[in-house]
Parts: sequence; C-alpha cells; structure tokens
Amino acid sequence: MLLQLDRVDKIFGGLHAVRGVSVQVQKGEIFGLIGPNGAGKTTLFNVITGVYRPDGGRVLFNGQDISGHSPAKIAAGGIGRTFQNIRLFRSMTAEQNVMVAGHRLHGAGVLSTVLRTARQASCEQALRQRAYELLEALGLAAQAGDIAGSLPYGSQRRLEIARALMLSPQLLLLDEPAAGMNSHEARELETQIRWLRDQLGVTVVLVEHNMSVVMSVCERIHVVDHGETIANGSPAVIKADPKVLAAYLGQDTAEAG
Amino acid sequence: MSPEAPAPAAPPPAAPPLGPAPRMPRWGLRVLGAIVLIVAIQLGRLGLEAALIEYAQRILLLAGINVILAVSLNLINGTTGQFSIGHAGFMAIGAYGAAFLGVHMAPALQVLFGPGMLSDAITFNLALILGALLAGLSGFCVGLPSLRLRGDYLAIVTLGFGEIIRIVFNNATFLGSATGYFGDSPAGLPTYTNLFWVYVWVAIVIVVIWNLTFSQTGRSLSAIREDEIAAEAMATPTTRLKVLAFSLSAAGAGIAGGLFAHMQSGIRPEDFKFDKSIDMIVMIIVGGLGSVSGAALGGIFVAVSLELMRDLHEYRLVLYALLLIVIMLVRPEGILGSRELPQLLASRFVRLGRGGQGGARGARS
Amino acid sequence: MSEFLQQIVNGLSLGSIYALIALGYTMVYGILKLINFAHGEVFMMGAYAGYYSATWLGVERYESQGTGFPLWLALGVLVFSMLSAALLGTLIEALAYRPVRSAPRLTPLITAIGVSLFLQNGAMLLFSPNPRRYPAILSEVRFELGGVIVTNIKLAIFAVAMLLMLGLHVLVQKTWTGRAMRALSMNADAARLMGIDVNATIRATFAIGSALAAAGGILFGLDQITINPLMGVLTGLKAFVAAVLGGIGNIPGALIGGVLIGLAEQLTAGYLSPDYRDAITFVILIVMLLLKPEGLLGVVRQEKV
Repeated sequence: MLLQLDRVDKIFGGLHAVRGVSVQVQKGEIFGLIGPNGAGKTTLFNVITGVYRPDGGRVLFNGQDISGHSPAKIAAGGIGRTFQNIRLFRSMTAEQNVMVAGHRLHGAGVLSTVLRTARQASCEQALRQRAYELLEALGLAAQAGDIAGSLPYGSQRRLEIARALMLSPQLLLLDEPAAGMNSHEARELETQIRWLRDQLGVTVVLVEHNMSVVMSVCERIHVVDHGETIANGSPAVIKADPKVLAAYLGQDTAEAG
Repeated sequence: MSPEAPAPAAPPPAAPPLGPAPRMPRWGLRVLGAIVLIVAIQLGRLGLEAALIEYAQRILLLAGINVILAVSLNLINGTTGQFSIGHAGFMAIGAYGAAFLGVHMAPALQVLFGPGMLSDAITFNLALILGALLAGLSGFCVGLPSLRLRGDYLAIVTLGFGEIIRIVFNNATFLGSATGYFGDSPAGLPTYTNLFWVYVWVAIVIVVIWNLTFSQTGRSLSAIREDEIAAEAMATPTTRLKVLAFSLSAAGAGIAGGLFAHMQSGIRPEDFKFDKSIDMIVMIIVGGLGSVSGAALGGIFVAVSLELMRDLHEYRLVLYALLLIVIMLVRPEGILGSRELPQLLASRFVRLGRGGQGGARGARS
Repeated sequence: MSEFLQQIVNGLSLGSIYALIALGYTMVYGILKLINFAHGEVFMMGAYAGYYSATWLGVERYESQGTGFPLWLALGVLVFSMLSAALLGTLIEALAYRPVRSAPRLTPLITAIGVSLFLQNGAMLLFSPNPRRYPAILSEVRFELGGVIVTNIKLAIFAVAMLLMLGLHVLVQKTWTGRAMRALSMNADAARLMGIDVNATIRATFAIGSALAAAGGILFGLDQITINPLMGVLTGLKAFVAAVLGGIGNIPGALIGGVLIGLAEQLTAGYLSPDYRDAITFVILIVMLLLKPEGLLGVVRQEKV
C-alpha cells in the first residue's frame, strides 16, 4: 500500500471539511477521488501534501506517518502534485518552471554555484537535460523557452504535470487536470495519465469532475460528499451506486433511477 | 525513492535546441581574467584620479557603494520577492563593525606586515569582510523568525529592526553614540576607501550575486517569489533559501557600509536613518525590481541625482517620494523590468542583424 | 499608588489617541489588505489643520485674555480638521491607491511608502520643520483626585474618543455603508456581486478613518503641546502596532490595542525609563508577530490552496 489515509479529519473554524476519511491507494494504481463541489477533495490533497495538518487521523506513505510534515519534505519524499487553480511560476519560462523542481536531486551547493565550478555546470546540464526530456514527453518541447503565463491553458496544465514529474515522484496527485479541456484534449490527457503509470511507474491519484475521464482511466474510485466517504470501488460499482447518484444529482433523481 | 528515467514519447534530438552545453573556463583562465580585471580597475582609478576633480571622484565612489547596496537588496526584494525596508540597519552594522575592528586590528597587523600599503590593504579588507560577516549574521538572526511572516508584516518588522539598530548605535557609548565613531586617532577613521577598492568590491559582489541569481538557486528564489506554496510543493527548501538570500543581502549591505565608513573620517547613526533604506528602495525600483543590472543602474542613478540635488537637499526626499509614486503608477517595472542589460543589448544587436524576431522568449537563466 | 494611577490615566488618554488612529489602519487593511503608510501623515495633517484653523479663528486672543476658546469654536475646529482630513484621505486613495489596486501586493506597498514620504517632506517644506506650540483650543484646567492629576484635556480626550468610537460602532453595525464595509472586508467578490458600490465604500472607509485620525491629531496636540511635521511617523507606527496587536482588520481590536499600547508606553516610561518608551512598542510588535501574528482578536486566515 503506497498511500493510506487513516480516519483523517480537517476542521476550518466551524466547518468540518473532512470527516473521518479513510483511503487506501495501492502502488501502481490509477485512483480516482470524486465528489460534488465542496466535498473536501482538494482539502484531502492539501492534507496529504502537508499544506494542512490533519486535525485527526494520519497520513501514511510507504508505511511512514507523514501527517503534518512540511510540504517540501513530503515532496522530496516522493509525492508530486498539480493544483486546481494552476500554480505555475508565471513569469518564468516553461523550462525554468520544470527545472525548479529538480533542486533537490540535482542542485549544486551555494559555494559551487557562486564559484561556478565544473560540478555546478554539470548539475545545470543534468537539470536542463532532464527538464527538456519531461517537456518533450508532454509535448511541450517547442514551448520550452516560452513564458509560462503566456502559454495556452491546456499547455499550462501539462506543464504543471511535467514540473511535478521532475521530482521523480512515486505518487502523483492531479487536481482537476481535465478542467477546461475539450473532449479531444481530455482523450489526450487519458493517454498521458496511462503513460505516466505504464512507462514511468508513477501511481496516480486523480481528483476530477469530468466523469468520462474518471470512468475511462481510473481503476478504483473513492467518492466523498460533505467531507465523508460515501462509496469506494471500481468504476462499474460506483456508477451504479445510488448514494453516489444522490450526491451528484439530488435525492429525487436517484430514487427515480 | 525509485526514480526512473522517463522514456520519451519520441526519440530526443541530438541536443536541446537551447544552445550547446556551456564550457566552463578552467581555473587558470579565470585567475588570469581576475588579474586583468584588477589591473584594469587600478589603471582606471589612476586615470580618473588624475582627470577628475575630487567632487566627481566622490560621486563615482558613492555610485559604486550604491551599486553594491542596490544589487544586494535586489537579491532579497527583487529576486526572492521578500520585501525588506530596513536594510540601512545592516549597512550600519557593516560600517561600525568594519570601522571598529579596523581600528583595533591595525596595530597588530602593522607589527606583522610592517606599516605601509600592504598592512593597510590587509587591515581594510579584513575589516570589511568581518563587518560583512557581522551584518550577515544579523541578517540571519532577523530573517529566521521574520521570513515566515506575510509580505507587509515582514516590511514592518524590517523597518522596526532598522530603527532599533540605529537607536542602539545612538546609545552605544563605546562607538561614540550620536556624535559618531571616529576611531582612535584625532584625524578620524583612516580613509582606506578609494576608487580601486570600491570597484574591486563592486566586481566581487556583482559576480557573486550574478552567479547566484542565474543558477538553480536563483531559479528557486524566483520560484519563491512567484508562488511560494507551489515552490514548496516542488520540494524547494523555502525557509532555508529565504534566510540565505536575506543574510547574503545583509552581508552585501555590510560591505557597502564598511566602504562608506572609510570614505570619510567618521560615521554617525544619522547616516543610516530610514532615509537610507528609502534610497536603497528607490535604487531597485528605478532600475527594475528583480534585475541585477537594473539595480546597478538604479544605484548609479541615486548617487548622481543625490549630488545633483545637493543644493535642493530639502526637496530631495519630496522628489524621491514623487518619483516612487509616479513609477508605481506609470511604469512599475522600472527601467529594465526583470530583464538584464547584457541580454537586452544582445537581443537588440541580434534583431538589428536579423531584421526582427517576435515571440515571448524568456531571459536565459 | 497615586503614581501608578497617574500613569494609568496618562496611558489611557494616550491610548485613546492611538486607538483613534489605529481604527483607520485597521479599517483600510480589512478591506484592501493594504498598510496605509500615509495614515500617520493624515493624523499629522489633521493636527496642523486644527492649528491653522484655530489660529485663523483668533485663538491667541482668547489665550491672552485667559478665557477659554469658546466651545462652539473648538468644535468648529475639530469638525473642520476632520473634514479636511477626510478629503485628504479620499484624495490619496483616488490618486495613489485606486490605480494600483489590482497590481501585485508590492506595488501599493511602495506607493503607500511614497505617499507617506511625500506628505512628511511636503509638510516640512510647507510648515517648516520646527515644532510649533499647539494653540489652547481647550485651555487647561487641572483637577486633583486622590493624588492623581487629571486635566480637562485628558477628560476631553476620553470623551471625544469614546463618542467617535461609539459613532463608528453605530455606523458600522447599523448603516448601509457600515454593512458594505463589513461585507467588503469579508469577501470582496461576493460584495461586488451583491451590488455593493465598491469604490464608494472604499472612499467612505478612507474618509472615516482619516477623520478619526485628524481628531486624534488635535487631541494629541492638546495633550503633548507641540506638533511637528514628522509627528506622524512614530505615532503612526505605534498606532499601527496597536492595530496589529488587536487584530488587524478588527475594529474593537484597534480600540483594545490602542489602549494597551498607550498603557504599556506610559508604564514603561514611568517605571523603567523614558528612553525606552518608544522601544517597548517595537518589542510588543516583534513578540506579537512571532507568537500570534493574527493579533488578540484576530482570526487566522487560511490561504486557499
């Protein structure tokens, strides 16, 4: 089991955003986390990645308790993510955006940097090389020198993924990667997500509203509503679950079948 | 951690189309280059001292000191986006530190090296470095607790710290309190500062900060400025880097302070009022927040305009204030924005040759 | 004991003045998330407006006669200053802050610093940097109550400050403008969508905050007897610390913060040393920011990720 959330709670002031949620993600899965708006999905991502400290329960990664660790530490430990509201380094180039994430793996020390040693030069070379490879893998090679903020929306989303991959993560959390995409782009995204797992061995957890993407690409799905788990299982099981239908479409529609 | 090399969707081209791998000059070449530079500065100095009147020389000295101040402040305010408005405090620590230590080390060093230019040079530079270390250490102490505060709060804390430092020096009797520190001899502090030393240190500071800015570290600092939360999510050690940038910029201000102290016979706490911090902010805003060469230009601008406005000195601050407001309203990115002079000139040159190229290309970093 | 009470009385009156100024900082920050560096200068301008209007109305005549400035004239001076400060505040907002409202956070910060410097140095040029003796808009009458010296000026400070803050409370809680201000400070986008005139509300906020600061300026002049163009710098900073202490953006917090700072300052001056009276405010600021940056009554704001 790669990632485990064990009865996680998160409270904001009076709002119980996440209530006793337990999730298990196996290594190599493509895992979906869905639910209506405000259900607590992004909050869960934030708890996993250390942006928020859980008020109850634990987060375990590779068996280790990472609850409340700093985001940088968690990222360095092998969890990468993208953001719901794209958080690129907007005035930097695409290539620079990706290279930033390589700090830990290929960064030279301050002294080497200041003195511009050969070691630093080879570190820079390695960073640039790997960043370029990732950009290319996501179809962004031609835009490497372009300012991130000027890229079209779909490219920005892919750039965020490339950047997260620079961490060489075991687990990648994608927060609504298909938002704003047309069906052609969404199909491409599905292919990329599968490629991430098949070629790179990355376990993917996906928060997504685009149901066709979710049903097509996820092997297991966890449904939350109002901060609580309401269903868990394969796409087929979830599709048929009346509780899920009720959560998305309202009680009456669900009962009507 | 099990990093696996990505298998690209298509075979990669022979080399990334961003230029061949940079070839690092070997150390011998670099030492040679440094010697040439030093000789050039010395020749330049001798020439300028012969050609210019003292007044003009003083402007050049102040310009150099300002460049060091601006480039240092730009590292934390511009590149890293953490706004400090009390850097005059670090300049003061460097000034007083260098002055005091210089005066007290001189006798011992003169015994070692004999009185004369050599021991003076060693005393001076050693004092400068120690002053800078003290300033850097203070930067570390102030930065560590403060840098986790939100932008505007950090500004207030740094302002407060700058004022506290000045109050401390105002009350420090062994440093002359409000009257100022003039060293031990009746002639005042030894005036070690000259065009040579100022511009040698300008070169050192620019090289250090340039190398730092255009590197993975600099990229990470910029990422912190752009979006700290995202930077953290990409495993950037944000606190460590912010404190590093802050301490380095404080040390740089300390060097400037030490140079400033030995330009005249003494220093007073008055020299490091909030006005000085404002001068520094004007320097980096005018030049372009985030640009190293912009900061240098801004430093020169302030030195020159200060002297030009010497007769109007009570209007100086009103005009600076207006300048700040107007720049923010009309051209907040200053002269160069976040671009660098060398790239700007190079691309103009290339464009002239090729007849124009468009596209949102970014600065090479 | 009477010594202690004396310090308390002095501290409370000083604190009331800080509270009046702090309100302006906290209201503007609550809505715009901007530290209005120029607010201290508005306080200073208010004091000078009082000075000049009182002089114009012939306060020296009354001073030399030994009788007090008539109450209605004193009130006229107060109203005049408050109105001129309100005008100044809205002018600053319109010219310097509104154009950069949507710029990255750094830009308005620098603009605010620029405006502050401009007013300080402009005032030095206009009014001369020399301190001036404040006219006796209220002539001082001393009482002694159980060993504690209380002047009518101190009482006036309490009275005016309390009345103004009560007025502010009514305005914020009961009027549409006040409701709009509260809505804006909680959620600017929602407020806009609900049809609130954002610009008018912001202008009103600046006007009210500036008027209060001007009242503080006159009271300060009466209390401290001298004014100078740089009086807004230190006092403004202390009032800002008071706002932070109470919880920036929180109106009752500004009151509590002001009083606490005033008391701390007086007690430090009385029992430790007058040299440290200014330093104690910085110490409080640093301690606050390190331990509880959201202030005493403030709420920790989670940034949406």
